[in-house]
Parts: sequence; structure tokens; C-alpha cells
Amino acid sequence: MNNSKVNRIKDKAFNYFGIFCTLIGLVILAFFIGNIFYDGITRIDWDFLTALPSRKAEKAGILTAWVGSIWIVVFTFLIVVPLGIAAGIYLEEYGKKSKLSELLEVNISNLAGVPSVIYGLLGLEIFVRVLGMGNSILAGSFTLALLVLPIVIVSSREALKAVPKSIRLASFALGSSKWQTIWHQVLPASFGGILTGVILAISRAVGETAPLIVIGALAYVPFTPSSPMDEFTVLPIQIFNWISRPQHEFTVNAAAAIIVLLIITFTMNGIAVYFRNKWQKKINW
Amino acid sequence: MKKKIKTILFICTSVLIISCAGNSEKAIKTDQLEGSIKIDGSSTVYPITEAIAEEFRDVEPKVKVTIGVSGTGGGFKKFGRSEIAIANASRSIKDQEAKNCGENNIPYLELSVAYDGLAVLVNPENTWVDFLTVEELNTIWNPAAQNTIMYWDQVREGWPHEELHLFGPGTASGTYDYFSEAICGKKVGTRGDYTASEDDHILVQGIATDKNGLGFFGLAYYEENKEKLKLVGVDNGKGIIIPTMETVSNGTYAPLSRPIFIYVNDAAKKRKEVKEFVSFYLNNAASIVKDVGYIPLTNTEYNREITKFNNFLKN
Repeated sequence: MNNSKVNRIKDKAFNYFGIFCTLIGLVILAFFIGNIFYDGITRIDWDFLTALPSRKAEKAGILTAWVGSIWIVVFTFLIVVPLGIAAGIYLEEYGKKSKLSELLEVNISNLAGVPSVIYGLLGLEIFVRVLGMGNSILAGSFTLALLVLPIVIVSSREALKAVPKSIRLASFALGSSKWQTIWHQVLPASFGGILTGVILAISRAVGETAPLIVIGALAYVPFTPSSPMDEFTVLPIQIFNWISRPQHEFTVNAAAAIIVLLIITFTMNGIAVYFRNKWQKKINW
Repeated sequence: MKKKIKTILFICTSVLIISCAGNSEKAIKTDQLEGSIKIDGSSTVYPITEAIAEEFRDVEPKVKVTIGVSGTGGGFKKFGRSEIAIANASRSIKDQEAKNCGENNIPYLELSVAYDGLAVLVNPENTWVDFLTVEELNTIWNPAAQNTIMYWDQVREGWPHEELHLFGPGTASGTYDYFSEAICGKKVGTRGDYTASEDDHILVQGIATDKNGLGFFGLAYYEENKEKLKLVGVDNGKGIIIPTMETVSNGTYAPLSRPIFIYVNDAAKKRKEVKEFVSFYLNNAASIVKDVGYIPLTNTEYNREITKFNNFLKN
């Protein structure tokens, strides 16, 4: 066997190895989703979505949980998007080479690795107690926004970096200021990439339980929130609560609630992906 | 860009409006209580309080009862700051926690609401274990047993020389606290080399699939998995007692049965909805406690708690 043959075999082998690695993840995911659907899909009906929590598994519903989750997601989104993008713009466009921004960069990467329960403790002290928000949706959203902020910042920076320099120079050449360049040229061009980061961030936020438990999100709330200052519960807490019950029927409820959570996540991602694609089509340099 | 932002904002607001729309309340009679009652604490007591709150909803639909699950310790922390009116507790209040309440001028009352039994279980294929004495449980579980008591024949002579595999709840749970105190003594803990899980389903699975397994957890989990497990009687010197509804509630299944509590503060005196809720709790606990898999007190004991509560209101 000559050298080139060996290399070709190696090439093929690595190719298959790569396919194998990719498939592992997919197969496990498919198995998981299949299993959950098998357990829970028959449990989902209108009553399940509109009923309040109950001790009787067959009567229990997730109204307050999914409504709470949507409140939390919307407010987290509203908080994290302006903050994250603004921070990204600053680090990428303005404070590029200063000592301060280097320090900020290191800290942001570190923050991305902090366990979520720690954010819960931070949120409990700052938002719940010092700022007096109580165990409200607002406090929960701020806590989750902090948690996913690094994801948005980092992806915004990457997206901004990807905008070709020629675009900026052309804009400057036409006499626009730095801000005008950013607002009218750079931001629109990088919007797709920024949205990708936001999608990842929100998907993570919607599944978090630990920080919300720490800031005092409840397990039993018999009313849907009517303002951001109301107490709340979210789907992951309800799921966790049901899974830890001894009765099998509650496990079925948990599976059904997981399906609803997946649907919420997929829908939100779908909306964001739709906007991103639509946006990217419009950009032709 | 602006247009897009507007579209996004529009979607957000519509989602908000839709979620608010779910908030319509049912038509209700007048002269009903209003207000909110905040409850927090043990996840062991949670199913009972949740069930009571659910029933209470039918009687007083305008009273907003909310329940959290911060754990007994977390609940008492909030209770000591007057953040909540009622604390769910799977153990009695500790001295330090009681001191906090005293410093903040919070009078409170402890009310037993149910019993919880800890079941000791082995695999159904285990033919040798007929019962265990408290001493034998201590031999198995005390911290000194770590890496020394590894075989069944070290527990009692005549049992096979098979490896002993232990399962139990993690050290953070109130169930663990209770078991270790009842079997090994105060502040000793247990051995650490056992399979620990906060998810009791995993313990059930572990014991059900391991012929040499032995473990403990709340009786409710045994009731739901009877066919997979073998319940072991415990001999405390006064005969072998199998945990049942009867032996747990009359206290003969000692030392592995415990009362579980709610703590209520003086909001009960000032606020009618809290008073009504606690009365409702004590008057309806007997049937509801059974529903969620726990063991009710006897009627006499419930009456005793009601009297206790009424006296608390008067003073």
C-alpha cells in the first residue's frame, strides 16, 4: 500500500468518524423527543393548557406556568436585547483598544461560565431585596437577562466584526458620522448575526429553573400574572415539581408540559429565524 | 431598521396582551374575603398545602394563595423576615430560626398537619431479610460503617456473604436529616458511600433492579411502587412493625415516622383570610392528606391542633 492510499483511507475513516459523532447527538435528541412525545402527547388538550394546578393529576393544568414563562421570556428579551447589543457596539466600535475594554472582555467571557444558580443569588440580593422588586416577574427577568447577557454581547460583537471594512469606509467617505455609520450601515448589516445570538440566549433563558427558584419563583400560583410586578411560576418549575411526585400520572403531566415548553422554544426560534432570513435577503453589497 | 423594531415590539405587545387575556376571573358572589396568603417552605409538605389551597379556591376564590418550595430552611428564613404568613416545615423550627422570629417580634404557632413514614426497602428477590432492628439499621448506616460494613453477613449472622448496596436521598433533603437523626443520632450524619439521589424515582429504580440493594425513602413512594419493592419491618425493641397508615399515625412505627408541620404567624390574628385558610386546613386535612399519599393525624389530634390554633388567636 503506498502513501496516498493510506492517506485516502485515513480521510475516509475521519469522514465516517465525523458522521458518527454528529449522529450520536442527533440520535439521542431524537430518542429523547420521541420518548417524551410517546409519554405525554395524549395528555395535551385544551383543558391541560387552561387549567390551574391541582393535586389530581388528570385535572391539573399548566395555564399559570406557560403564561408565566411567556411573561418572563418577553421581559428578558426586552431587557437583554438593548443592553447586549449596546455593549457589543461599544466593545467592537468604540472602546476597541483601551485597557478598560480588555478588562471588560475578560470579565464577560468569565461571566459566560458562571453557574446559573449563582446568578440567582445575585438576583435575590440586588433585584429582589435591594431594589425592592420582590419575587416578581421583573426581578426574574432581570436575573435571567444578566445570565444570558454574555451570549448576546459575544455574538453581537462577532456579527459586527463580520461587516466588511469597505462598507464603513464608504459610509465615512460620504460624510456620515460614526453613529450614522453604525446605525444605518453596520447594524442593519449585522442584524442577522445578532438575532442568532438572541435566539440562543432566549432559548437558554426559557429553560432555566435554578436561578428562578433562588429568587423565589413559586410552585403554586393559582392566577396568571397581570403586571410585571406579580408573582409567578414558570414551566420548568412546574415540570420539576411534577417529576418529583410519586404518582405515575404526574410524570405523564411532566412529559406533556415538556412538550409545551419545547413548542414554545421552537416557535420563538422559528419567529427569530424567519426574521433573520428575511433580513439577510435584503442585504446585497 | 426602525420598521423592523416596530414589528418586533408589536409582536411582543400582542403576546403580552394575549397572556393578560387569560386573567379573567370567574363571576363570584359578594361578601367574600380578599387578599393574598404567601406560603413557602418544605417540598415534602408542599403537596398537602397545594391540595388544601386548591380546595380553598372553591370556597374563597378571591383569596390568592401562593406556595413556594424553598425547602424548610429557606421557608423559615422568609418566615423570620415576615415575608410569608405560613411556612411549610418537615421538621420543627431550629433554635436559631426561632431566635430570628423573636428578634423581629414575630409570634408564631406550630401546627402538625400530617405524618410521614420513612420506609426501609429491599429488592423483592431478597429472600433473607425478614425485618431489621434499629441497631442493625445503625450498623448499616452510621458513619463508621463506611468501607467496613460491605456485606450482608456483617449485619446479621446467617445472612449471605453478598455485597450490600445502599440507596438513599441526598444530604440536602429533610428526609435524609430525619433518617440520620432517628437512626444514627443527632448531628452525626450517615456513611457517605451510598447511592444518593434527590429524585426518589431513581432510588426506586435502583433498589428494584439490584438484588442486594437496600434503601429508604418516604412511604408514599413505596405505595406507588409496591410490586417492585419489598417493604421491611423495623424492630425498635417492642416488636417488628411494618409501616402502614395505622402504625405510622398511632406512633408505633417508631422511630421512622414523623409529624410534618405548618407554621403560622400573627397575620392569622390580623387578617381574616389567613385565619380562614388555617382553619380550613385543619378541618379538611384528614381527607386531603390521604389523597396526596401522606398519613393523616387522628381526629382527636386534629381537634387538639384546632384548639391550639383557637387559643393562639385569642392571646
